[in-house]
Amino acid sequence: MERYSAFGLVKHALTGHKKWPEVWRSPEPKPEYDVIIVGGGGHGLATAYNLAKNYKGKRVAILEKNWIGSGNTGRNTTIVRSDYYYKPSAEFFKYSLSLYGKLSKELNYNVMFSKRGSLTLSHSRDDFDFQRRLVNAMQLNGIDIRHIGLAEIKKICPILNFSKDARYPIYGAMWEPGAGTVRHDAVVWGYARAADALGVDIIQNCEVTGINKDLQTGAVTGLETSRGKINAKTIGLAVAGHSTELAAMAGFRLPIRSMALQAFVSEPVKPVLNTVISSRAISSYASQSDRGGLVMGGGVDPYNSYAQKGNTPVLEEVLSGLIELVPSFSRVRLLRQWAGIVDYTYDSSPIIGPSPVPGLFLNCGWGGGGFKAIPAGGEAFAHLLATGQVPPLVEAFSLSRFKDARLVDEAAGAGIAH
Amino acid sequence: MLKIDCPWCGSRNEDEFSNGGESHLVRPEPPTSVTEDEWANYLFYPTNTKGPSKETWFHKYGCRQWFNVTRNTATHEILNVYRIGENPPEENS
Repeated sequence: MERYSAFGLVKHALTGHKKWPEVWRSPEPKPEYDVIIVGGGGHGLATAYNLAKNYKGKRVAILEKNWIGSGNTGRNTTIVRSDYYYKPSAEFFKYSLSLYGKLSKELNYNVMFSKRGSLTLSHSRDDFDFQRRLVNAMQLNGIDIRHIGLAEIKKICPILNFSKDARYPIYGAMWEPGAGTVRHDAVVWGYARAADALGVDIIQNCEVTGINKDLQTGAVTGLETSRGKINAKTIGLAVAGHSTELAAMAGFRLPIRSMALQAFVSEPVKPVLNTVISSRAISSYASQSDRGGLVMGGGVDPYNSYAQKGNTPVLEEVLSGLIELVPSFSRVRLLRQWAGIVDYTYDSSPIIGPSPVPGLFLNCGWGGGGFKAIPAGGEAFAHLLATGQVPPLVEAFSLSRFKDARLVDEAAGAGIAH
Repeated sequence: MLKIDCPWCGSRNEDEFSNGGESHLVRPEPPTSVTEDEWANYLFYPTNTKGPSKETWFHKYGCRQWFNVTRNTATHEILNVYRIGENPPEENS
């Protein structure tokens, strides 16, 4: 791998930028690997990178049905934060955010982490009191977050509608200064490049069509794919909204619903919004991309879907709410709208751990919050795939919690707008 | 925007309705002998079908009646609508 540097940029400029090496290979699948990861999104790629880096000597492949990053990692709204309520979630997401802070250096790839802070607004006295309680709990869990009043909000984000007779009057906010945005494609490309350099085979346009098991032990032996049979005794699934389908191939069910989560981006405008704003009452959030587009999102479409397209009632709800919050946005035109198929669990917490089939491991259930979890999720899943042991960081997120009644219910507390 | 054919009111826009999840779920009985696995399966393990899926819908801003819908989750096409207590149309024929 050629390291990226200012010197390299100058060197390639002299040759007209015609001699850049390819960023990752496109190898043919081998008949056998030690570990196969299904799903070439952020979690799959980060897992492969950590496997190759921390557990040397294993032959690792990633199989991706489409192109890497073409699923939810390429469709999310790039926000990273750690304002979770319960201790296991707070510890996990705090760690993940800290890894994002070091990721550009780690991967030698600029992931454009912009630590611009996240402002979650409250619009009523009850909402205000509830946020105070959340912030107290989060602070006890070591999250860098504060409960702030109007004067400070005005300083951070002056374009909000502060009028007293606003449809959604502003009472206060949770302010997480260390949150921000990360360029989503750069995370995919950075991990892919680094994993490839460590010998991981990234196999694109390779759809898994079946999971083979040993008839005696029931353990996985490999996969049937659109590019032939590939054997491995350890297989990790990191396929988000399509987890149910893969689980069905292996003969079990998951406590997951697949739903469409939409996002919208406006035409590029001059810098107007220097932070991430969100409001649970309105179920909308927004930030401004480096190119100038307002990146907006909100609640999930309220029924199961695998269609990767959003419906108009949610679009109207999200955008009408946002226009009440920031009236100047009403004149901005929408450029694009899309949806990703996210995998919701009933407690809005992920599942990382062994599946009912020996040798098959799960990384799913992130819902709308998987992007911010990529660095820590990849590290934990790599540990699991390499050793078969669940690392302490993700012990609470087992599949068995649904049967043992040990849910980590983040639906209300985590500042999840959906 | 989905158009949903309420069996009582006729075709209306989806924002008049709310989705109640999968239909034809049978609650395990009796409570004294239901195992944790059975109860967890009932509460938390949907079929999450890709393709034709049987669902309950509620006409929230209309007649406020529940009814069944078969909807293709991969395309959002609504295949049929039938009342609570009825069998899905393909199973009648």
